[in-house]
Amino acid sequence: MNLKPTRLRMCGNWVLDRFPLAQVWNEHMAHYYAPKNFNFWYFFGSLALLVLVNQFVTGILLTMNYKPDAKLAFDSVEYIMRDVNWGWLVRYMHSTGASAFFIVIYLHMFRGLLYGSFKQPRELIWIFGMLLFVALMAEAFMGYLLPWGQMSYWGAQVIISLFSAIPVIGDDLALWIRGDYVISDATLNRFFAFHVIAVPLVLVLLVFMHIVALHEVGSNNPDGVDIKKSKDPWGHPVDGIPFHPYYTVKDVVGVAVFLLFFATVIFYMPEMGGYFLEHANFIPADPMKTPEHIAPVWYFTPFYSILRAIPDKFAGVIGMGGSIVVLFLLPWLDRGKVKSIRYRGGIYKKALMLFVISFIALGYLGTQPVTPLATNMARIFTAIYFGFFLLMPIYTRWEKLKPVPSHITMQPTLEERIPELKAVFDEVTLVTEGENAKRGFNPTGAKNVLVRTAKNLKESLD
Amino acid sequence: MKKLLSLLLFSLSLNVFASGGADLQSADIDLTDKVSLQRGAKNFVTYCLGCHSAKQIRYLRIANDLGLDEKHVLKDIAPEGAGIYEQLHSAMNKHDAEKWFGTQPPDLSLIARSRGADWLYSYLKGFYADKNRPFGVNNAIFEDVGMPNPLWQLQGEQQPVYEIDGERRVLEKLVSSSAGSQSPEDFDKTVNDLVNFLVYVGEPVQLERQQMGKYVIFYLLIFLVVAYLLKKEYWKDVH
Repeated sequence: MNLKPTRLRMCGNWVLDRFPLAQVWNEHMAHYYAPKNFNFWYFFGSLALLVLVNQFVTGILLTMNYKPDAKLAFDSVEYIMRDVNWGWLVRYMHSTGASAFFIVIYLHMFRGLLYGSFKQPRELIWIFGMLLFVALMAEAFMGYLLPWGQMSYWGAQVIISLFSAIPVIGDDLALWIRGDYVISDATLNRFFAFHVIAVPLVLVLLVFMHIVALHEVGSNNPDGVDIKKSKDPWGHPVDGIPFHPYYTVKDVVGVAVFLLFFATVIFYMPEMGGYFLEHANFIPADPMKTPEHIAPVWYFTPFYSILRAIPDKFAGVIGMGGSIVVLFLLPWLDRGKVKSIRYRGGIYKKALMLFVISFIALGYLGTQPVTPLATNMARIFTAIYFGFFLLMPIYTRWEKLKPVPSHITMQPTLEERIPELKAVFDEVTLVTEGENAKRGFNPTGAKNVLVRTAKNLKESLD
Repeated sequence: MKKLLSLLLFSLSLNVFASGGADLQSADIDLTDKVSLQRGAKNFVTYCLGCHSAKQIRYLRIANDLGLDEKHVLKDIAPEGAGIYEQLHSAMNKHDAEKWFGTQPPDLSLIARSRGADWLYSYLKGFYADKNRPFGVNNAIFEDVGMPNPLWQLQGEQQPVYEIDGERRVLEKLVSSSAGSQSPEDFDKTVNDLVNFLVYVGEPVQLERQQMGKYVIFYLLIFLVVAYLLKKEYWKDVH
């Protein structure tokens, strides 16, 4: 009776004697202690990994029917959309996944800004993360050429021509990248090669290094305190819990919520109003016909705006490159002694708020045609963008810090806050007396709630 | 600051589609209306296929999706001699097209996805008489378009009414100058059917996609509840 399981176990042991699988599992999952106060912002790391896997699986399926040929590419995508079984689903998962990747990554990076996750000793994690971001942008840019629509073609034309703004070597460099004097079949073929193999390999390698570096120093947390400072008699951090099973089950909840949004886009709004799939990209690439308005996909528009805001072409290229480079320098620009925004001074909170506003505004302006007003606004927001980083060594020294607790603090969960939310609901609404009692709107209660929220908001900025 | 904000909000309201000058009329798109799609398919082959192809779709797919018999599609909708597995190719060749129109008429498989249904609806209704154009017509939505009005027999002729705004002449509206074979209401319906069909051709799978979405989202909601309860069970001893 017991023969089979024992045999199986022996086979398992045979492998384990020769391969450190158990050790790797324990080191990175079962015995990896993570702070127990991770909040909403900590879902996006695992979600980024999920989207990466989605892009790999759907991408491999797409290459089975896609033709990297200027004459065939556009039609082969439509062939996938119409004649390949489930091709439309695979293609929408891939195109929506690209946008989802950037949403998740931008939120993941914003988490770093909130809780100082880039600060000592996690500078290298931030650098690997930034390299990942650059590789991801390259991956997305080259992937966008493959459907060979008008925006694919002219977007690539505009971006690659930027290299020709570099003095002396510029023109030769642009020629070398394209493999032709214009975007052509040669460009499409090399972009396909980079998109499906070269850049994905780099991404996988960087994800590996990002995680190894993280697990070496341990995860930061919303309080920014070092959980390794106080340990129990067994040597485990008192404020930590094993990643598996606690955070694996928690991340599955995050995955479910993410997939709900993801599926809604795929099944009901795959074009996302022209932001995820641009309308003009349903027209095949035509080298003889320049579209009147060329806009990159939404996730590049903040940087594209910076490029357009600067009058000189070469200076614009430097500005656009610089907007990425300053992000790399962040760990050394920030002189604040405290990691988490919870204990930082109001000046950093206000600066971060301005930065977020200017980033979103630049992103919006990048999708719009150029007008004098839009250009001037883009200049103001570009100045704020760079001001946030370059003035950081100065303003972070003036910060009035709050005392950091020695242990992490637990915030109430959404479920624990239900009575509190119910109280607010009762305050805003009014139950009418009489037979058919109805809940109505209560203006004075609503005013009180609004005033209180505004006051709290103002206090939290100090 | 207030001024800046209102400017920002104003620019936000600009539409992504906005490219033509005139206001668009809205088409009534209903892909579950199989009869409308069938009329649209027939009209497409009659009035559009002479010059424009729709090479991304096959007659067989139309028969299956529109609930039509294959023989019926070949006899009643497809042009003489077309096979059921063929795509909707135009009879006009590229050489003739360039000689007659100066350019090759675009393939219409994805026109509804690049232009939008309302644009197509307004465009097809927007032709008016203009002696300065080679075919005697211009378009209110797409100025100086190289295309003649394929539906003029149905619609009749329209004349432009201009409004003088300083130095510029602005097209105010179009008025009918000679009646076509269809009443204005019937013509609107014909154009609407045609646009409905083009929206279908742009993405034949969209009805199936939306129907499937309900089940996926229902499953994910159940999955979310189970995942949440599992998380709560594991986390009950974490304080």
